[in-house]
Amino acid sequence: MLDALARFGRHGMAALERFGRAHLLFLQIVAGITSLLPRPGLLVTQTYSVGVRTIVIVTVSGLFVGMVLSLQGYYVLSQFAAEDSLGVMVAASLVRELGPVVTALLFAGRAGSALTAEIGLMKATEQLSGLEMMAVDPVRRILTPRFFAGLISMPVLAVLFSAIGALGGYFVGVGLLGVDDGAFWSQMQAKIDWNEDVINGVIKSLVFGLVCTWIALFQGYDSVPTSEGVSRATTRTVVHSALAVLVLDFVLTAMMFGE
Amino acid sequence: MMKIRQVEIVVGAFMAAGLVALFFLAMQVSNLSAFTTGEGYAVTARFDNIGGLKVRSPVAMAGVRLGRVVEIRYDQSSYEALVTLRIESQYDQIPDDTFAKIYTSGLLGEQYIGLDPGGSEEMLVDGGEITMTQSALVLEEIIGQFLFSKAEEKGFE
Repeated sequence: MLDALARFGRHGMAALERFGRAHLLFLQIVAGITSLLPRPGLLVTQTYSVGVRTIVIVTVSGLFVGMVLSLQGYYVLSQFAAEDSLGVMVAASLVRELGPVVTALLFAGRAGSALTAEIGLMKATEQLSGLEMMAVDPVRRILTPRFFAGLISMPVLAVLFSAIGALGGYFVGVGLLGVDDGAFWSQMQAKIDWNEDVINGVIKSLVFGLVCTWIALFQGYDSVPTSEGVSRATTRTVVHSALAVLVLDFVLTAMMFGE
Repeated sequence: MMKIRQVEIVVGAFMAAGLVALFFLAMQVSNLSAFTTGEGYAVTARFDNIGGLKVRSPVAMAGVRLGRVVEIRYDQSSYEALVTLRIESQYDQIPDDTFAKIYTSGLLGEQYIGLDPGGSEEMLVDGGEITMTQSALVLEEIIGQFLFSKAEEKGFE
């Protein structure tokens, strides 16, 4: 009984310790922006590997999510003879929710896991200690560019997701199901508000980008430097990112749209 | 490994694609192109009952949208709803004895304010008030009145 209690406490302390380390690392990473600014080339290279290489999965998913939304929405809306509102339904769900959330989940799976594995392996093969030996701060040289690359890429990807999804919804709704072309767009334009919906979606995706990249970098940097440790860290990145995104999405939605 | 130059070009294209998508959302999906609530002039109107009218509901004349509802408040002294409409500045030829009614678009559609022009020479200006208004139709009241009149007809027979 006492043993179990002690174990519970130890786990709790360890979790708290990790939590604190993550925040300290976050501060270090952000402070590293001073050494990133004179070298924007690093940021560009990382934006390539974090953002550009995620573009295919994001656009293809966006297209299909938009198409499915259109199909499902049509089924429900046609029961109320409200097919003309299909555009609103598709665009509102994409811009407010699915764009930022699904993109963040894909981003965590595609880019976050790669970041963790890369940094974990750098640690396991002692490249990070090597940098330190050469008096180069690995946080500033390795983590900071990746962090800001993730922060920049996420909103871009989410906006792309929403735009392509709206087009996918248009193809299925207007092309396949025969919803009126004019009503689809005009209802959408009448109901979707720039500040309320689009900007809030972009803010959401910024927050998700920050959290996902931060989790990925921390898990990589904090991983046990063995093959097993790196594999565990990669799994943790995806799981923690997904949970963080979904919980934060609820909080942000309640703050933005809850009246 | 790709050359740095190529990487830079691809990243540039990536950011440009993001901007294009944002532009698309702004122009095609959202209402940014049509009308932003910052411009135009504000007019108030008092209603006994606004029904399901909401902030951002349309204001239309002859079926054409001229503006939006920007604020709905409750006036404690007169027990009325005080609705502020913002009308686009290009539509500045609205007589000050215009009649404002709350309509419903379609049977289950959203409610909007319809304006019927009056014959006055004076035009509505910023801060003006529409004095003639008609409340929203409340379905229960209409059904109630209908049943009541039916019952009366029966009674006279």
